[in-house]
Amino acid sequence: MKLWNHYHTPHTTDEALQLLNDYAGRAQVVAGGTDLLVDARAEIAYQPHEALIDITRIPELSNIRQDADMIYIGAGVTHSRIVKSQAIADSATCLVESCGVVGGPQVRNVATLGGNVAHALPAGDGTTSLVALSADVEVFYKGQRQWLPICDIFLGPGRSLLETGRDLLLGFRFKKSGQGEATAFKRIMRPQGVALPIMGCAVWVKLDAASATYEAARISVAPVGPKPALASEVEAELIGKVANSDTIESVAAFAQTVLHPRTSKYRATDDYRSEMITVLLRRTLTLATERAKTGKAVPEGVGV
Amino acid sequence: MSQINITVNGQAHDLDIDESRTLAQFLRLDLGLTGTKIGCEEAECGSCTVLVDGTPVDSCIYPALKAAGRSITTIEGLADGETLHPLQSNFIRHGAVQCGYCTPGLIMTSAALLDENPDPNEHDIKVALKDTYCRCTGYTSVISAIQSAAREKRGLPPLPVNEPVVDEPMDVISRSVPPIEVTAKVTGAAKYTDDYTFPDMLFARTLRSPHPHAKILSIHTEKAKSLAGVKAVLTYKDVPGENLHGLVYRDWPVLCGDVVRYTGDAVAIVAADSEDIAAEALMLIEVAYEPLPVVGDPEYAHKPEAPVLHPNHPTGNLLKHIKVRHGDVEQGFAEADVIVEHEYRTPTTEHAFLEPECAIGVPKGYTDHKKLTVYVGSQIPYQDRDQIGLAMGIPSESVRVIGTLIGGGFGGKEDIAGQIHVAMLATVTGKPVKMLYSRQESLIFHPKRHATIIRIKTGATKDGKLIAVQAELYGDGGAYASLSDKVMTRATTHATGPYEVPNAKIDCYAMYTNNVPSGAFRGFGVTQSAFAVEQNMDMLAEKLNIDPIEFRRMNAQKVGVTTATGQLLRESVGLLETIDDVQKDMVAKSNGHGFQWKWHEGNKAYAWGIACAYKNTGLGGGAPDKSEAEVEAFEDGTIEVRTAAADMGQGIAHVVAQCAAEEMHIAYEKVKVLLCDTDLTPNGGPTTASRQTFMTGNAARLAAVALREAITRSAAEMMDVPPEKIYYEEGLLRSNGHSMPMGDVVSWMKESGLSPKTRHEYWGPKTQPLGTGGDMHFAFSYATQAALIEVDTDTGEVQVLKILSSTDIGRAINPLMLQGQIEGGIIMAMGNCLSEAFILEDGVPWTRLLSRYKMPSIKQTPEITSRLVEHRSSEGPYGAKGVGEIPSINTTPAICNAIYNATGVRIFKIPVDQDSLLLAMKRGQTEVHRAWQDVK
Repeated sequence: MKLWNHYHTPHTTDEALQLLNDYAGRAQVVAGGTDLLVDARAEIAYQPHEALIDITRIPELSNIRQDADMIYIGAGVTHSRIVKSQAIADSATCLVESCGVVGGPQVRNVATLGGNVAHALPAGDGTTSLVALSADVEVFYKGQRQWLPICDIFLGPGRSLLETGRDLLLGFRFKKSGQGEATAFKRIMRPQGVALPIMGCAVWVKLDAASATYEAARISVAPVGPKPALASEVEAELIGKVANSDTIESVAAFAQTVLHPRTSKYRATDDYRSEMITVLLRRTLTLATERAKTGKAVPEGVGV
Repeated sequence: MSQINITVNGQAHDLDIDESRTLAQFLRLDLGLTGTKIGCEEAECGSCTVLVDGTPVDSCIYPALKAAGRSITTIEGLADGETLHPLQSNFIRHGAVQCGYCTPGLIMTSAALLDENPDPNEHDIKVALKDTYCRCTGYTSVISAIQSAAREKRGLPPLPVNEPVVDEPMDVISRSVPPIEVTAKVTGAAKYTDDYTFPDMLFARTLRSPHPHAKILSIHTEKAKSLAGVKAVLTYKDVPGENLHGLVYRDWPVLCGDVVRYTGDAVAIVAADSEDIAAEALMLIEVAYEPLPVVGDPEYAHKPEAPVLHPNHPTGNLLKHIKVRHGDVEQGFAEADVIVEHEYRTPTTEHAFLEPECAIGVPKGYTDHKKLTVYVGSQIPYQDRDQIGLAMGIPSESVRVIGTLIGGGFGGKEDIAGQIHVAMLATVTGKPVKMLYSRQESLIFHPKRHATIIRIKTGATKDGKLIAVQAELYGDGGAYASLSDKVMTRATTHATGPYEVPNAKIDCYAMYTNNVPSGAFRGFGVTQSAFAVEQNMDMLAEKLNIDPIEFRRMNAQKVGVTTATGQLLRESVGLLETIDDVQKDMVAKSNGHGFQWKWHEGNKAYAWGIACAYKNTGLGGGAPDKSEAEVEAFEDGTIEVRTAAADMGQGIAHVVAQCAAEEMHIAYEKVKVLLCDTDLTPNGGPTTASRQTFMTGNAARLAAVALREAITRSAAEMMDVPPEKIYYEEGLLRSNGHSMPMGDVVSWMKESGLSPKTRHEYWGPKTQPLGTGGDMHFAFSYATQAALIEVDTDTGEVQVLKILSSTDIGRAINPLMLQGQIEGGIIMAMGNCLSEAFILEDGVPWTRLLSRYKMPSIKQTPEITSRLVEHRSSEGPYGAKGVGEIPSINTTPAICNAIYNATGVRIFKIPVDQDSLLLAMKRGQTEVHRAWQDVK
C-alpha cells in the first residue's frame, strides 16, 4: 500500500520552506527515508503521508565543508559520505565510527545524519557521537534560522524540538580535534531483535601538553536517560587524572555508580547494561587516549 | 501523476508515473523489470537492491521520484547481451544460487562492491553484503563466487570450485551439474508468482483478526463493497464448499465465521482494481468481536481450566499424545550409575523465506484456462488442488494448480495460504486475481517451528553405555493442527538421539493454543529435541569423565542396533564415520598446537563443542509414501521429465534430470524438466521430510529405465539385433557397427504408433506406525558437527568461528548443490541457536516486522567444512538418502556445548542470550534458563 501521496524535490532551502508552508503542517520532510518510511509500515493501520519533501537535492544541505577549526555537515549528507570523509576520520573519528555501523551499506547510502537526529531516537549512533563532539545543529525553528546545541533538539524518546511539517533541520557543525585531542565510539549490540544498540558510547578527550593527564573530556553514553546528555560526573572523575589504564579502569567502574540504565524490553537488563557502560568506557577511553597520544586515528569497526 | 526522466540499464525513459511509487514498484510495474525482487519493504533483506548511479540502495523504500535524473542498473542490465557478467557466471559455477529469489540483490550489491574494490577480501565482502540476506546458501558459496568473479574481472583465472569429495561418480550422478533454470535466476528472467500478470487482473487482500481469540458477533461488508473499484468482498458465507482446510486434520476455516483462534485468522477477502483500493476496502469492513480468554502456552492449554479451542476435537486442546515405549525405563534408571535431568525450552521460529506468499487465481474460461486455475509457489501442489476443490465444492480434477518458482520454503509453504481465497475471488469476479502477502502479513499468518518444552532424563552406566531415556515434551501447535501431529511425532521418536538406548519412555503433548499455528520447518521437531538430547549427552560424558566424542562413539547407532521405536537398523548407518571425520578435522584445525577443547586469549574464551544427529527420510510411520514421474523422449534427442515435486531451491529439478540422464545415457543438457502442473505432471507428493531425492528421484530413475528399455527394443527392431546387443555411447545407440541417434529411434517409434513416454509410480518401502515396532522409516541420514566458538568474556557475545560437519547422505547426487544444502542448513540452525525467536505476547505477535526477526547475515558466516559419508541406502536412487533437514539439527547443541566448554555455563533456553550468559559468568552461576525474549 502506498506510503505517501505527493513527492517533492526542492532545489533550495527557501523552496523547501515554501512547500512546508503550503502544506500547512501536512507535509513531512524526508532525506533518506529509511526511518520514516519503515516506521510508516510498522503502524498496523497506517495512513499515507500527504506529501514528502525530499531535501537531498538542495546543494547547501548536501555538503561536507571545513574551515580551520570547524567541520560542517549538511542535513542531506548520507552516512556513507561521512564514513568516506578523510577530514571527519582525522578530526572527528568517533563520528565515522558511529555512522559506519548504522544499518547496512544500502541504508547508509541513503540514510542521513540529519534524518537520524530529526528522528530523535535517544541512542542514535550518530547522535551519541555528536553529543561527545559538542556539536551544534542549524535549524529553521519557529520561523528563525539559528544554531542550537545538539542536546537541545531532544525533548524525549522520539520527540524532537522541531515540529513535523513546520521546522527544518539544516545541518551540523563541531570543532575539529586539535593537538592532544581525540575521540572514539563503540557500541554493544545483540544479534536478536531490533537493530538498536544495547548501549553506545562516544568520548572526546584532551590531554595536557605532555600527554600525561586528562585536561578535558566529554563523555556521551546512551541510552541512559530519555534523551542524550553528557555524563558530566564521569567526565569530572577523569579530568586531571593521569592518562593511563589504571585511571581508565577506575573511571569505567565509577561510571556504573552514577549512570543508571533501566531494563529495556527485548533489549537488555539493567544489570547487563550497567556492565556494558564499564566495558564501553574502558574500550573507548583506551582508544581515544591512544589516539590523543599518538596523534593518529584510524576509524575502527566501520561496516561491521 | 508526475513526470520522471530516468535512465534504466542504459535506456532513457521519460514517463508519467504515480508519485507514490517506490523505485522497486516503478521498475517492476511500470517497466516490467521483475528481476528486482521485493522481500520485506523494510530495507532489511536487500533482495530489492539496485544501483543508483552505481550506488546500491534498497529500492523497496526508495521513492521513484528520488531517482529522477539518475542512472539505474538492475539485474537485467548486468549481462552483456548473451554474455553473463562474471558475477552471474560465478554464482552459477560456485553453487551460490538455490531458490534464486535473493540472487538479484546479492549480485547487484556485489557488482557495486567490485566496481569500487576489484580485489575484495572476505572481510570486505562481509561488510558490503551485511544487509543482503540469503536464506538458502549459507553464504560461503557466495563469498567464493564473488572472489572468483573479481579475479575474472582482473583478467585472472577464476577460483576453483570447492566441491566435496564423493565416491564412485557415475556419468551424470555424483557430478556437480548446474541446477535447472539457474541462468534465468542470475539474469532476473526467472518468474516467481508475483512476476506473473494477466490482463484485467484484480488484486486481493485479506482481513485478519486482530485478536488471538474472539467470538465474531457480526461482519458487515456493505461499505467496503460500495467503494469504487472493489469487485468482491467475501466472508465465510461465500465459501461454496467445505469451510475447513488442513493437511492432516481439517480444522482451519477458509474464512472464520463464528470464532477467531489466532491473530491473523482470515475473516474476509477483497478483490479490487488495485492493491491500494483493496487495502482501503479492508478498513471499511466492520467486524464486531467479543474477545475470549487466550490460551497462550501449551502447558496451560493442557490444564482443565483452559478454554477448549476446538470443541469437536475428541481430546480437547490436546491435539495428540505421542508415546514411545521401549524396554523398561524404571529398570534402566535403576541400573544407571549417572543420571542427568533437565528442562530445555525452544522458541517459535520463522522460516523467513525471502519470497512472501503469493497466489493468482484464474477463472475457468479465461483465455486458454480450461479449468479454475491457481498459480502458486507451493510445496504440495496436488494437495493444494484437493483442498481448493473441497472448499470450492467441486471435484479436485476441475482445478488446476500450476507451480511457479518458489523463493524458499523450508516447510513454510506446505499449508494453504491464499490458494483457496484466490480461487473463490476469481470464480466470483470472473477475472484473474492476485493475492500477494506483504512480509508483515506473511510473518503473522503462516505456520512456524514449534516452541517446545523438553524435560529429559538420561542415564548411563559407569562404563559409558546409555541405559535409559525418559522425556516429556510439550509442543505449542498454535491455533490449528497443520502438521503438528507429524512434527511432534518426529520430535518424540528422535528424542533418544542417534544412539542405542535399550530403555525409553517418551511422552509428547502436541497442544492447541491461541498462538500462530506451528507446522513444518526444516528439522521437523528433531531440531528441538536434539538441543536437549545432545547437551544431556555432554553432561553425562563429563560426569563419567569420558571424552564427549568417545562417549558418542560408544553409543552410536550402527547396523544391528534397534531404535527406541523398535526398528532394527539393517544398513546405511554412517554415524561412526561422521564422528571420525569431524574428530580428524578438529585435530587438523587446531593450528598445529595440539587439539584442546578450550583456551583463553585476553578477554576471549574459545572452545569446541560437538553434537550428533539423525533424521528420517520420507513420511514413514505407516503413511503410504509414493511419488510419480513421467519421462518423454523427443525426436531432437532431448527428453523431458515431468513431476509435481516442488523445487523451493533445494534442487529436486536437477536431481530428477540427473537420474533420467544417467539412465538414458544422454547428456544432462539434453534433459528438460517440467515441475508442478497438476494437469501436465504426475504427483510427486509433498516436498517435506527430506523425501524428494529418495522418492521422486526413484520415480524419475525408474521411469527413465522403462523408457530406455522401450527405446532399446525399438532400436533393436530397427537394427534387427537382439535388444541386449544394443549399447549407448555418446548419445547414440550402437550395435554391430551400426549406430543411430536416439532421436531417430523416437521418430521411428512415433511412426510405428509406439509412445516414447513412460510413467512410473514409485512406492517407498512399507513402514510401520509408531507403537507397532518394525520399520517406522525406510532410511535415516546421520550427521556430526563440531563448532568452534569465541565468547567475549566482557560482554557475553558469542561468535561461531568454525563449523566442521560430516553427513551420511547415502550418495551425493549433485555434490556441489548438496554441499549448499548442508551449508545453508548450518547457517539456518545458527540462527535457531543464536538469534531467532518469533515473539508472541499473550497470543499477539510482537514479531510482525522483519526488522524484529534477525536471521543470520553473511557477517555471521563461519568457516564451514562439510564432508560426506556415503553409506548407500539399498532402496535409495543410486544409494541416496535425504539431506534437506539433517544439517539443521545438531548445530544448535554443538554451539551450546561449546559455550559450556568455554564458560562453564549451560544454555537451557535459546536463542542464546549474551546478557544472561555474561551475568551468569560474573556471578559464578552455571545455568542459563532465560533468553532474550524474556527480558522485560
